[in-house]
Amino acid sequence: MSEKPVKGERRVFMTGNEVCAWAALAAEADIMYGYPITPQTDIMQYWTRLGPKFGRKFLQTEDEISAGFTTVGGVIAGKRAFSATTGPGNTLFQEPMSMAEMMRIPTVVIIPQRGGPSTATVIYSQQEVTMTTFGGNGEGFRIVYSTAGHQDLYDYTIKAFNTAWKYRFPTFVLGDGYQAKMREPLTIYDPAERGIKMVETEPLVGLPGTPGVDRPAQYLRNTYNTEEELYDVVMDIAKDYEKAAPEIIEWQDFDTDTEMDVLILAHGVVSRSAQGALPLLKDEGIRAGHFRPITLRPMPEEQMRRAAAKAKRILVVESAYGQFLKLVKQSLYGMDKPIDTLLRPGVGVTAEEIVDRIKEGR
Amino acid sequence: MTREEIALAPNMPKCWNPETKPHKFCPGCGHGLALKMLGEAIDELGIQDKVVFGCDIGCSLLSWDFFNLDSVQTHHGRTTPVITGIKRARPEIIGIAYMGDGGGYAIGAQHLVNSATRNEKVTAILINNTNYGMTGGQMAPTTLPGQKTETTPYGRDPEETGYPTLGPEMVASIAREGAYVARGSIANLRQLKKYLKKAIQNQIDGNGFSFVEVMSSCPTNWRTNAKETWSFVEKDMAEYFHVGEFRVPGQKEEK
Repeated sequence: MSEKPVKGERRVFMTGNEVCAWAALAAEADIMYGYPITPQTDIMQYWTRLGPKFGRKFLQTEDEISAGFTTVGGVIAGKRAFSATTGPGNTLFQEPMSMAEMMRIPTVVIIPQRGGPSTATVIYSQQEVTMTTFGGNGEGFRIVYSTAGHQDLYDYTIKAFNTAWKYRFPTFVLGDGYQAKMREPLTIYDPAERGIKMVETEPLVGLPGTPGVDRPAQYLRNTYNTEEELYDVVMDIAKDYEKAAPEIIEWQDFDTDTEMDVLILAHGVVSRSAQGALPLLKDEGIRAGHFRPITLRPMPEEQMRRAAAKAKRILVVESAYGQFLKLVKQSLYGMDKPIDTLLRPGVGVTAEEIVDRIKEGR
Repeated sequence: MTREEIALAPNMPKCWNPETKPHKFCPGCGHGLALKMLGEAIDELGIQDKVVFGCDIGCSLLSWDFFNLDSVQTHHGRTTPVITGIKRARPEIIGIAYMGDGGGYAIGAQHLVNSATRNEKVTAILINNTNYGMTGGQMAPTTLPGQKTETTPYGRDPEETGYPTLGPEMVASIAREGAYVARGSIANLRQLKKYLKKAIQNQIDGNGFSFVEVMSSCPTNWRTNAKETWSFVEKDMAEYFHVGEFRVPGQKEEK
């Protein structure tokens, strides 16, 4: 057994991609499959430098379709396998991830979002929300953590492996190009020393014994003879997903205990601008609060509604043209609250811009 | 068992799952014969406890519960990467990817090419029946010039649609030392089994990528009777697709 890559706790100053590679190492990930695409590529560059020192493997595939399906293969072989992609690569990943969704294959994929549609920019956006939460030909039985910074990237990359293997749903760490390429201080740690136990993996194929002799053969399939057969499988998955959702959801709220003039809804790195806007708004005499869903799928709907109930108006802020807004509207359905928006597809949002938007009113 | 029961017991490979037999392939389909040879090859190599069998979409997916082997059915063209992923994660597993000509030469061509280039230590078996069977008989990469299909109702025109893919020839030309590449036929089962055994043994020996194309039949979509079916396999197809070994590890000469 190779020695632990991260011992104790260590204060570091790293790019987000480097953080993800360290987190995967600390989480005892066995193998990464991937295809280079900016701004994700450094994750595999760090992994290929660090991994071999700790007996971890890597395969560079011919494209993202293959990266996704080889990851699926690694997981069903019983290994803690993961990948990372973004943008058009994420588009190609939807095919293998829909298979993972239906066959309950606990893949982990890290996605530092880039601009879209299509190839667009390689820098930053929050435009892969719809695709990551509900992509593929399926029902969106996935778990998506939206990170706001480097400590989040470390914490939630480790957590993603445990959530995936505990609940058996494909799990995503949704960051962005700013987080991927920027350096920030954070604490990296050995999960075991913080009482985090890595959920045991288990093979779905290649089990001990001779199939048909010592045990039944494992038949993993994603094909059904009748609509009713498919219906039963999907409804079973839906039931499991809904049962697990309350245990999975995570959120943060800021100044939402009292009545608010406005509640700012934002996720990921934009949440930090929202947090920054709160004291500025206070100075202006505006009572503002902020609610940040950490899981975009499943969404902490009740918690968001509870915060929204105390506000006169809602402001949705995102670096996309209404993808998060759509999830918010779905969550707040039936509430009589006016919703304002600050939609900035593919560009960042500052605290001052949020303040200006609120002062400007409807 | 009574004499009668013994007399009636079909001669199935040991690694077949008898509970899923009779199988679901059309009467006269070559998949059953290819899978029988694969089953016998696995029996003779004594590796039933080590194989993971992957099957593609199309008619090949009907093999998802065919064997008493741990099996995974994947998406169209994606069996090669799934088996590759398994093999990379657990090299002790013997990974077999089973697909049709569409899965290997069209939608999954990039995976076949790159697995061969990387010399992945997996075994890919591809059934060539010159059309897309499951979807009702459309043109495949292997459809012969002039052959009528649902999307080439006046016959395949190579000017418009190109010539049939010569898969083993292509794989042999890109695969490196250690690869095993062959084309067999359901018209010569003893030879086909020999090729399949060598293709699996080559993986066991850790040499490199192994690929066997199997010339097969599709009377349902060809709309042929038994005699015409065999004639198409043995004459028409054999004229274009040549049976033989295209790459054998340790052997300098190629076909």
